[in-house]
Amino acid sequence: MRRTTSRILRGIALVSTLALGVTACGGSDDDSDTKAVSAGDIQAALDKGGDITVWAWEPTLKTVAADFQKKYPKVKINLVGERSGDKHYTALSNAISAGKGVPDVAQVEYFALGQYSLTKGLTDLAPYGADKLASKYTPGPWNAVSDGDKVYGLPMDSGPMALFYNKTVFDKYKIAVPTTWDEYLDAARKLHKADPKAYIANDLGDPGFTTSLLWQAGSRPYKVDGTKVAINFDDAGAKKFETVWQKLIDEKLLAPVNGWTDDWYKGLGDGTIATLATGAWMPANFTTGVPNAKGQWRAAAMPAWTAGDKASAENGGSSLAVPALAKNKELAYAFTEYANAGAGVASRVSEGAFPATKAELESAAFQSKKFDYFGGQEANKIFAESAANVASDWSYLPFQPYANSIFNDTVGKAYVSGTKLADGLKAWQDASIKYGEEQGFTVEK
Amino acid sequence: MSTSVTASPVKNTAPRLRTPRKKHTPGKPKRNVLLTVLMALMAVYTVVPLIWLVINATKTQSGLADSNGLWFAHDFALWDNIRTTFTYHDGIFGRWLLNTLLYVVLGAGGATLLAVLGGYALAKFQFPGKRAIFAVVIGAVAVPATALAVPTFLMFSKMGLTDTPWAVIIPSLVSPFGLYLMWVFAAEAIPTELLEAARMDGASEVRTFFQVALPLLAPGIVTVLLFTTVATWNNYFLPLIMLKDPDWYPLTLGLSAWSSQAQTIGGDVIFNLVITGSLLTILPLIAAFLFLQKYWQSGLAAGSVKE
Repeated sequence: MRRTTSRILRGIALVSTLALGVTACGGSDDDSDTKAVSAGDIQAALDKGGDITVWAWEPTLKTVAADFQKKYPKVKINLVGERSGDKHYTALSNAISAGKGVPDVAQVEYFALGQYSLTKGLTDLAPYGADKLASKYTPGPWNAVSDGDKVYGLPMDSGPMALFYNKTVFDKYKIAVPTTWDEYLDAARKLHKADPKAYIANDLGDPGFTTSLLWQAGSRPYKVDGTKVAINFDDAGAKKFETVWQKLIDEKLLAPVNGWTDDWYKGLGDGTIATLATGAWMPANFTTGVPNAKGQWRAAAMPAWTAGDKASAENGGSSLAVPALAKNKELAYAFTEYANAGAGVASRVSEGAFPATKAELESAAFQSKKFDYFGGQEANKIFAESAANVASDWSYLPFQPYANSIFNDTVGKAYVSGTKLADGLKAWQDASIKYGEEQGFTVEK
Repeated sequence: MSTSVTASPVKNTAPRLRTPRKKHTPGKPKRNVLLTVLMALMAVYTVVPLIWLVINATKTQSGLADSNGLWFAHDFALWDNIRTTFTYHDGIFGRWLLNTLLYVVLGAGGATLLAVLGGYALAKFQFPGKRAIFAVVIGAVAVPATALAVPTFLMFSKMGLTDTPWAVIIPSLVSPFGLYLMWVFAAEAIPTELLEAARMDGASEVRTFFQVALPLLAPGIVTVLLFTTVATWNNYFLPLIMLKDPDWYPLTLGLSAWSSQAQTIGGDVIFNLVITGSLLTILPLIAAFLFLQKYWQSGLAAGSVKE
C-alpha cells in the first residue's frame, strides 16, 4: 500500500491503460491456455530449467528466490524489485501494451488485479492447478484473486485490519481504547482537548483506507459482473461511515497529514498521531520507520460500527500473477506456487510478512509470537481473528487504480473544504461511472 | 513601521510625521531597501534547502524524527550514513553513480558535440532550407521532453531498445536549446572574414573548423556542456519510463526508489540514506559549476556589446 501523487504519472498510467484496452480488443490468443497443465508438465519444466523474470517489491521474496534456485538449480530467477505502486503498474501496463519486456511473474495488489484480468492481461492459473488451492487461503484474499472458476493470481499476503494505538498517549490522558467508532469519536475529542497538538489519527483522504472502512461498515458500493458494473455509495454502510467521519472532519479532530510521508512517520513517533487503523502488515513498517516509539504502541481489534459486531475488512495486500505474455508460464506458476502456497510462505512469515494462508494464521507458533515493538504483545492473535472476520463479498472496480487516482479531486475535497463527505462520495461515484462508460463498461446506475 | 503608506482609516485623521526622503546622489548607485530585502529572501529561499540537506545528512532514521529539521540531532551519523549509502543493497548506489556518469559522458558529451557541429554549420554556411530548420529548432525548444516520453517509449520498444542504457543515451543526444545557443554564439563569436582568410590560405574545411573556429567557440561549448550535463544528471522522467532493471538506474531513479520504500508494506524505511544519497548526488554538479565558472561567465556576456 503506498501513495504516490504524481499527476504526470497518473496521465501516463492512463495512456497506458487505454493502450492496454486496445491491445486486448485486438484479439489475444487467450483460448490456447485453457487446456490443463499437469503437475508432470510443471515438474518437467523445472527439471529442464530456464530463466524467469519476477517484478515484485515485496522484500521477503529475495530469500524465497534464493531458496527456490537452491532447490531447482537449473532455474534462474531474475528478481527486479526497486519499484512499487503507480510506477510499477505504469511499467507493467507499458510492457503489456508494447508486447515486449513483460515479466513472467508480477506482484499485483488486490485492488489492481481486476484491471489486468479484465483486459486479458493475466494468465488464468486454474488449469495449472491453482483452483485446488482455494481452501488454503482466508476468504478475503481468495475472493480478490478469483473470479468464478478463474484464478488470476495466488495471494501473497493479506491485510486484515486492526487498530494500532499509542498506549503511552492513551494512558497519559486516561482514555479507554475504543471498541466502537462512536467511542473512537469520543476518544478523539478527549485527546485533542487534553493536548491540542495531538490527534486521534491522520487523514487527508485516502482511497484505500476509505474503501476499507466502507467494506467494514457493510457498504458494498461496487458490483462487478464481467463488463457490467454498478457503482453506488448510497447505502446504510456508507451512511454509518459518513456520520462518524464527517464529525471527525468538522470538529478538526484529524491531523492534516498524508499517510506514508516523513511527517506521518514523525507523528507516529512523537505521539501527535495516536491511532492507526490499517492492515496487519503494519508492524514491519513500525519497526523500521518509527524506531523511536518502540514499546509505546499496541494492537487492538478494529472498533465496530455497531457494538458487538465483529466484522473486519482488508487493507492492502497483494498477489503474484502471471501475465498473459509471460514466456515461461510453467516455471512462472511453479515459482508463484512455491512462494505463496508452498515452502516459501514459512520463510516469508519468519521475515515479517503477514500471511494469507490459513495454516500459517492458525499455527501456534504464529499466534504466540511476541512482538518486542508492541511491548511483548501477542498481536498475531488479534490479526488472525480479524482475518477470519473479513467479509468475502467485497469487490473492487475493474478500473480501481483509475478511480483511486481521482479520489482526491472528489472525496478529498471534504477533508480540506466545506464539501460534505456524502457529496464527495457522490461526486466520486459520478466520475467513476463516467469513466467506466467511456471505457466501454455497461454501468448500471 | 513609520514609513508605512497604508495606515488604517481611523488613524488617518491624526497628524503624522513623514520621514524625509533621502536624496539620490548621482554617481552612486541608488540603494533600494525593498529590492535588497527581496534579494535576501530569495537567497534564504534558495540556500535553506541546501543547509537542510547538509544538516539532515548527519542524522540517523530515528534522529530525523526526533529533532528539529534545521538543527543537528544528538547523534552525528554522517560518516556512518555515507558508508551505509555505498554498502546498502550490495552497494547499488555506486553502480547508479557510475550509470549516471556514463549517461552524462555519452549523453551530454554527445549532445554538446552535435550542438557545436550543427550550430557552426547553421551559423556560417548558406544553404537552402535554413529558415525551415530555424523554425523546427525554435519549435523543438518549446516542446517539453515529458510530452515526448511515451511516444519515444513506444518507438524504442519497437526497436527493442527499452531497458537498455541506449534508451537513455540516445534521446539525451538531442538538445534543441543547445543547438540554438551554439548557433547564435557561433554567429557572433567567429568573424566570417577569419574563416575566409583561412580558406584563402588553403586550409581545408575540417582544419578551419578545428583550428580556427573551435578555440573561439570554447566559452559557448562550456556553457552548452554545463546545460546538457545538468539536464542529463537530473533526468528523471525519461529513465523512469524506459528502464525497469535497477542495475541501469541513474541516481535520480535510484533515490526515488529508495524513498518509496517507506511507502511499501514491509519496506525498509531509509530516509537517512535518501538524504545522504541526495547530498552525494549534488556534490559533483556543484564541483562542475565551480570548476567551469570562469569559462561559463565569459561565455554568457560574449557578443553582448558590439565593438
